[in-house]
Formats: sequence, C-alpha cells, structure tokens
Amino acid sequence: MTRVLEVENLRVSFPDGSGRRFRPVDGVTFTLDRGETMALVGESGCGKSLTSLALLRLIPPPGRIEPDSSIRLGGTDVLGLEGNALRQIRGRRIGMIFQDPMTSLNPVLRVGDQIGEGIRAHFPVSKAEARERSLRLLQEVGIPDPGSRLDAYPHELSGGMRQRVMIAIALAAEPEILVADEPTTALDVTVQAQILEVLDRLRSSRGMAVLLITHDLGIVAGRADRVAVMYAGQIVEEAPTARLFANPSHPYTQGLFASVPRIRGPARRLTPIPGSVPPATAWPSGCRFRPRCLKAFDKCVMEPPLLPIEPGHRARCWLAETPR
Amino acid sequence: MTVLLEPLRRAWRTPRGRAGVLVLLAIAVVVIFSPPLLPDPLAQPDPIGGASLAPSIAHPFGTDQLSRDVLSRVAVGGRVSLAVAIIAVGLSITLGALVGLVAGYWGGLVDAALMRLVDAALAVPRLFLLLLVLAMSERVPVWALVLLIGATGWFGTSRIVRAEVLRLREESYVRASEALGASRRRVIFRHLLPNTLGPLLVAATLGVGDVILLEAGLSFLGLGIQPPAPSWGGMILDAREVLVTAPWAGLFPGAAIVLTVLSANLVGDAVRDAVDPRAA
Repeated sequence: MTRVLEVENLRVSFPDGSGRRFRPVDGVTFTLDRGETMALVGESGCGKSLTSLALLRLIPPPGRIEPDSSIRLGGTDVLGLEGNALRQIRGRRIGMIFQDPMTSLNPVLRVGDQIGEGIRAHFPVSKAEARERSLRLLQEVGIPDPGSRLDAYPHELSGGMRQRVMIAIALAAEPEILVADEPTTALDVTVQAQILEVLDRLRSSRGMAVLLITHDLGIVAGRADRVAVMYAGQIVEEAPTARLFANPSHPYTQGLFASVPRIRGPARRLTPIPGSVPPATAWPSGCRFRPRCLKAFDKCVMEPPLLPIEPGHRARCWLAETPR
Repeated sequence: MTVLLEPLRRAWRTPRGRAGVLVLLAIAVVVIFSPPLLPDPLAQPDPIGGASLAPSIAHPFGTDQLSRDVLSRVAVGGRVSLAVAIIAVGLSITLGALVGLVAGYWGGLVDAALMRLVDAALAVPRLFLLLLVLAMSERVPVWALVLLIGATGWFGTSRIVRAEVLRLREESYVRASEALGASRRRVIFRHLLPNTLGPLLVAATLGVGDVILLEAGLSFLGLGIQPPAPSWGGMILDAREVLVTAPWAGLFPGAAIVLTVLSANLVGDAVRDAVDPRAA
C-alpha cells in the first residue's frame, strides 16, 4: 500500500473575539492509502469539514492552521507551501467535492467551462482539448447526453446531475485523493445511491484514495474501508468499517449506533445521546464526551489518548484500557 | 453574457425602460448625424441683425445673442455631453469594479485601507472636489475633464461591488474554484466579476444621468467645456443674459439636459428592477 496522505496533530484555530483562540479542530491524526476509502464521521460542528478544508489550506482567515500541525502529501509538506506551489496541489493532488451542488456551481458559467477551468489550471492544453476532456469526464460520471450538457448552465440541471458535474470538476486535474464533503446530503436517497456508486467506481478505476466526510453512518457501511469518528474536534474512534460496526468501543460511537433505527432485528426504542455537542469555544476539559457520557468515571477528568483495542482499532476512551 | 443581456431585455419590456431607451436613441441619432446638415455652431453670421431671432424655419430653435444657430449648438454640445458622460462613466465603473473586487476578495488590511480611502473621498461632495481641482488650473482640456469626472465617480460603485463580493466570496463555487487551484486573478475575473455585472450595469446607467448634470453644472459655472465650444451647461450660462428677450437660447439646451437625464434614469431604474427582483 502506498501512503498518499499523512495528517498529524492537525489543529485549526480561530480568534474568539477576546484575544484568545479556540480550536474547532484539535489534534486530528490519520492516514490515507492509495485506493482506499476512509470515512470521517461526526455531527455538525465536530470539525470534519474544517479538517477537509485544511488539507487544501482553504481555512478562511482569520482562521489558521497551528504551527505544530503536519500535513504530508506523499513527499510534500503541504503546510510549507505558498503561492504557486500551493495552487499546484489544489485540484491536482487533492480534488474536492463540496457539500451543496446547488451553490457550488457558478450560476453564470456553462458547465463545460467550469470543468475546463480545473483542466486548464493544471495542464497546458488548448480550449478544444479541455472541452474534449470535459466531455469524457461527464461521460465518466454518468451524465446522459454529455455533449449537450457541456453547454448547459447549472440551473438547467437537476440536483443529482449537478452533483455529478461537481465530481467531474473535482476529477478534472486527475487528483490522487478525492475529498467528498457530504457529497449526498442535498440529494434524495436513490440519487444518493447512484452518486456513491459513481464515487466507488472512480476510486477503483483510477486508484484514487477517497476521504468521505459524512454524518450518515448508513452511507459509511457499504462504502468505506475504514472509519474515523470525530467528536469535538478530535478523532475519538478509528477502525476498519466492519470492526467498528461489530464492536463500537467509544461510548459516543455506541450512542450514534443506538440512535439510528434499524430495519432488521427486533423493534427497539431509540436511545438519543443526552445533551448536545459543546460549542468549539468551550470544549470540556478531560475527556470531551464526559458531560454527555453515561459511562463516565473518575479517570475521565484526564484527557484520554487514542488507546488500541485490537489491531487497527483505537478509541479515545479510558474504558479501552481495561478489558471489558 | 446572459448576465448582461437578460436585465436589458427585461428592462426593455417595461414601459419606462422602453421609453427611456427610445428617447436616448433618438437623442443619440440627432447629435451624431445632424451636425453636418446644420449651420456651423461657431459661426456668427450676422451679430447685429441675426442675433436672438425667435424659432423659425431657418432656425428651428432660434438664434442666440451672437446670432449662432441654437439647434446646431444643442446638437454639437450634445455630442460633447454624451461623449463625456459615457467615457467618464466607463472609467469610474471600471475603477469602482476593480477597487471593489480587490477590497472584497483580499479582505484584511487591503480592504481596510481601500475602504477608508473611499470613506474619506465620499465625505467631500463630488462637485467641490472637482471645483477645487478645476479652480486651480486656467483652462482644462476636455480629456482632463473626462478623467477628473471619471476619477471622482467610482467611490460609491466600489462600495456596491465590495458588498456584492463579500456575499459572493462565501458562495461555495468560489471556494470550489480555489480548491481547483485557480489563481486569484482567475477567481476575480471569472467568478466574481460576472456576478457583479448586474449592479454595475445599474450604477452605469444611473451614472450617465449624474455625469451629464455634473458636466452641465461645471460648464454653467464656467469650469467645464470652454467657450466658444458649445456645451449644454455653457449655453444656459450664456443665455442667462437674454433669458427674457430670447428664452429659447436657454430653453432648448435645458430641455435637452432634462430629457437626456430623465431617460437615462428611467433606463437605470428599469434595469435595477430587472437585476434585483426584490426591489420591483
């Protein structure tokens, strides 16, 4: 396996208005291998989208990535790049699909021009050649009648088609990593399945690594090789997908599963997690899940590290220390 | 290009938009094509017997106190007024768009510096700003007048564009374009500028009316187009002395100003409603 991305101790901070800085992303570490799909799961506000933006250094000012963080793309230190070198990473090494296909396309530009933009930003090709490649990309993401769609404006396309266009744009510069930030939230379930199908097909045909960011455990199940669960700016549990589903070890992950209805098996009452995600300006001390955790005990006033449970499976919980 | 054509098409469909466009076109046709058919606007054929003649077949708008043909002077003066207005507005729209785009997209210190500059400039009334510069020099050539009017007209536009860019900057397609590795220049000119063309178009059409009035005012004060070259404002200035005996000498250039500014504003209003459906 070739390692394509290594993120270590990623911290993103914003000023809180009173001179201090708070950290919506606080010490995220993960790796991504070629051809692999990893899912980053968490509720709104847990820092997953900021994590993905940080990969491309797109954190909007006055936010910033803290200096002790590290993002390595193959041999490249992303945090050491500036200007042109940084632009050459964007789109070319990491492609990004944004959340909302309704607002992620420029309403006044034709679809073909928007795909061509990514191609021409990274390859010295003529307009005609860019158009030719855009056409192939539209075919690849499964848009019917791609020839005429090239000249369409975004408002002439359905939500599912727009999301396919977004994928085509992200693929334009043939990136080795595709980051998909909630690629299906705005779509209905059947279109959602189609889009995920497309992503999966592209991953295997192009040998890309996919970082799938979502709040929907259902999406993760069949698609991802590994899952990292985020809570309050940190990864709280990380495991191969099957292991995580079979043996969720962090109380937060367990809570997530308990609050999702199941179709198979006996009917049961859903148990919501009490309370809500704390604001990033006030992460709790010690274990960040402690105020909402039903299993919290004395030791939880200290912040737990990611503790190994079995090979490839780690949880940020003191309970993982003692055999259960 | 649809961003530009669509509002114009919609403005054309409203009665005031259509009336404004038609009147402006008529004025443009007259000032562009009629002067060769008319008497020399500078010639004073008969300063004694031909002065201050009432409108007649030979002189449809009459003659002024120096026996010059008023219609001919209105037409030629209109060339100058319209040319000055269009070029000056083009200049101020371009400047305003550039400053607004840069300030809005760069943000931070650049934004703060540019906007404080604009605040300062807006604090001084435009007419006084122009008077100050014009009063310092003896004779101001027309091109310098155009430059000055253009250079003092972009402050408001830059504010509008900046506000629009601040909103657009948060749109995900701007971020998506950045994520593709697009340069700042590309983001500004491909993604931001086309989306601000609507407000710019409104600012431009309304600006034309403003500038015609401004130029007429300056000429009336003797600081704009210099005599004997005809200009609408200057003609009214000259006609002041004969207002009672030969009112037509001031009436017709005055009517030309009113008609032109009124139609420009009608078009501007119609375009604004077409660009922003909420304001309709």
